[in-house]
Amino acid sequence: MALLEVADLEARYGWTKVLHGIRFAVEDGGITTILGANGAGKTTTLRAVCGMVRTAGEIRFDGARIAGRATEDIVRLGIAHVPEGRGTFMQLTVEENLRLGAYARRATGAPARDLARIYDYFPVLGERRSQTAGSLSGGEQQMLAVGRALMLRPRLLLLDEPSLGLAPLVAREIFRIVRAINREERVSILLVEQNVATALDLADHAYLLETGRVVVSGPSAELRRDDAIRRSYLGY
Amino acid sequence: MEIFVQQVVSGLATGGIYGSVALALVMIYQATDVVNFAQGEMAMFSTYLAWSMLNAGVPYWAAFFATLAVAFVGGLAIERVVIRPVENAPVLTIVIVCIGLLVILNSVAGWLYSYIQKPFPSPFPAKPFKIGDIFFGAHDLGALGVTLLVLVVLYVFFRYTTLGLAMRAAAQNPVSSRLCGIRVGWMLALGWGFAALVGAVAGMMIAPIVFLDPNMMSGILIYAFASATLGGFTSPGGAVLGGLIVGVTENLVGTYVRFIGTELKLTVALAMILIVLLVRPSGLFGRVAVHRV
Amino acid sequence: MRRGQGWLRAIPPAALALGCVLPFLLSNFRLFQFTQVGIYAIALLGLNILTGYNGQISLGHGAFYALGAYTTAIMIDKWNVPYGWTIPVAGLVCLAVGFLFGIPALRLEGLYLALATFALALAVPQILKYFEYWTGGSQGIVLSKPEPPLGLGLSPDQWLYFVTLGVLVVLFVLGANLLRGRTGRAIVAIRDNPIAAQAMGVNSALYKSLTFGVSAAYTGVAGALSALAIAFVAPDAFNVFLSITFLVGIVIGGLASISGAIFGALFIQFVPNWAQEISKAAPWAMYGIFLIVFMYVMPRGIAGSLWLAWTRLARVGRTGRAG
Repeated sequence: MALLEVADLEARYGWTKVLHGIRFAVEDGGITTILGANGAGKTTTLRAVCGMVRTAGEIRFDGARIAGRATEDIVRLGIAHVPEGRGTFMQLTVEENLRLGAYARRATGAPARDLARIYDYFPVLGERRSQTAGSLSGGEQQMLAVGRALMLRPRLLLLDEPSLGLAPLVAREIFRIVRAINREERVSILLVEQNVATALDLADHAYLLETGRVVVSGPSAELRRDDAIRRSYLGY
Repeated sequence: MEIFVQQVVSGLATGGIYGSVALALVMIYQATDVVNFAQGEMAMFSTYLAWSMLNAGVPYWAAFFATLAVAFVGGLAIERVVIRPVENAPVLTIVIVCIGLLVILNSVAGWLYSYIQKPFPSPFPAKPFKIGDIFFGAHDLGALGVTLLVLVVLYVFFRYTTLGLAMRAAAQNPVSSRLCGIRVGWMLALGWGFAALVGAVAGMMIAPIVFLDPNMMSGILIYAFASATLGGFTSPGGAVLGGLIVGVTENLVGTYVRFIGTELKLTVALAMILIVLLVRPSGLFGRVAVHRV
Repeated sequence: MRRGQGWLRAIPPAALALGCVLPFLLSNFRLFQFTQVGIYAIALLGLNILTGYNGQISLGHGAFYALGAYTTAIMIDKWNVPYGWTIPVAGLVCLAVGFLFGIPALRLEGLYLALATFALALAVPQILKYFEYWTGGSQGIVLSKPEPPLGLGLSPDQWLYFVTLGVLVVLFVLGANLLRGRTGRAIVAIRDNPIAAQAMGVNSALYKSLTFGVSAAYTGVAGALSALAIAFVAPDAFNVFLSITFLVGIVIGGLASISGAIFGALFIQFVPNWAQEISKAAPWAMYGIFLIVFMYVMPRGIAGSLWLAWTRLARVGRTGRAG
């Protein structure tokens, strides 16, 4: 059974409808990617899952309906969101940022072990643990955002354009870690990404959004062979 | 020299009180961008509650801590009940609601307790201390000690506890805080609760000096504004330090600069602040706001 | 919609006509209250130009009100200047002082500007008491009410009312033209997006200090009129609460709205009295409750809410006709 199932999802900002009834799923332990041009509704889709925008339609996580619930409560179910723009707490230290990631599961304790695990994935964060997060480079802040999300020990990780604005080498490093997290910790991932080739490499399922509608979907391998996608998004 | 040291110490004592009200203002400002004009009246009202308990024969420290508890819950309730409906309104709208709160608290206190000044006891001995050749007011030293203690406790709370961290996070970046599972609305309410608590301490420490009446905090609030402005509204530590500077300067200027005396004391303090602002537009320790285009 | 706007355009002349018959319907005491409303409205328009339109929050406009009042009082008291001349002089003095104050204030952002102006308002009573020779110290200066010109058959209160109304109309028309033109757009652009405004060639520093000056001038003229109306000035009338009352007035009336100044003036003149009538024991508690309830019901002030109601009504009317 799928971990996250979304059907007939609509979302609007004010008077403008951004999503017109989309349907997709993330398998338990799988990686699903949502592709599309700017303004297609990718970021809105992630925000809808987290209850950050008004929605209509069905969102089920682990079989339970979560549409319409408060963001704080959705996070507590084990859905971590690495938002567009990374959402860093600039004036707090790196370690404080990470500790906040574990806030929602305070009762289950042992954040020290989690911190060690994150510093293992991202050694640079360990070196800078007592610096303010605002002094980090863009790539380091992206690592911090992923690290903060992992502190929740999530079952589902929502990633919003993790490679945006990063040097290719840094982006590759982040994707390597994302794959490791998925394999070693069995965290399911919903990835929004502009770099279509990388996203299709990483994901097992992909959905292509155009102006708020799913126009193509299927296993990544199939989409990579799809002529329309090759021409418009992969460029060969 | 003796007079100088005495004036500095009593300046530090009142300055500590200005500083703690300033800190209460900064706590709410950082979380919500709102200057809580009702801060002083909340403190005044708490002090009247303490007075009622003392009058009914409750021992001082029991009344003291009971007042802190009531002030905390009261501050929390005010945020949830009065401020919350205008949470998303323009800042000036919230400011007007705070002004409404100010006149309500002031008026109700006058109605319940009358506008006649009442003496308020100090928990410290009336006899002055002698250190070396110099006499110090015991209440001055005690008030300074209590104020500093409160500040240290708050510092430890915000710096080292998870709840304190969550409150700082909610003030800085509400959206990200929600994504960490923090209930931002409650963090704001807690902030109001703590601000009310700090204000109550300040009220109970200043009341023995200025006597208790419904308008006793209006002057203090103005000095607290001055302190927070001087230190910078973005810096809690700066606000406290600003309070100490204002307290000491006020005392020394009043004592030594003859032509100013007590009449223009306030004006001089304000002029100083204007000058500081012109040199450092965000206060001595404040961060310069960075604006996105 | 066009027909709707025609209706709206008929409101100011209708209000003016009503304003002209009022003096012949009301008792002297009521009339005096309406003179106060007119004076407050001028002061509020001044503050609204600065805070509502230009986004600079001032908690110190009581200071300019005081400056205007004392300019008039001192000119009449010391030099026997005819009162009519003192009004424009008070305006010019406040224009200059406001402009000069606006220059250092440029460096201050939002809250810090508010507090700097607040300091100004706090200092005013003390400074006024200090220069006793000119200001009469705490005793203040007693003036005599202006005599109405012979032959008009008006009582002094009626005459004063018409003087205030005249000044109000002139200043409101000037203000409306200023705000609707190029200058007004620049002033608003600075509030909404200072960097973009600068990039489009708006000299933001000059406009901001000029706005400060114009705003102070309006409030100063109001102060001058109040000195004449009350025939008395004293330092303690210009305390911090006056400045806060002005801020309450523009927010309740409606920020960045010309009619808002009049609604706000009505509020700050009459609501405290009603509060007093409702509860003798704690009138200010009543006033506070009024303030809070008003802000809950109309978070964008009276003018803002009326405008919202009007546009909704217009929309409903249109769709109703279409369906």
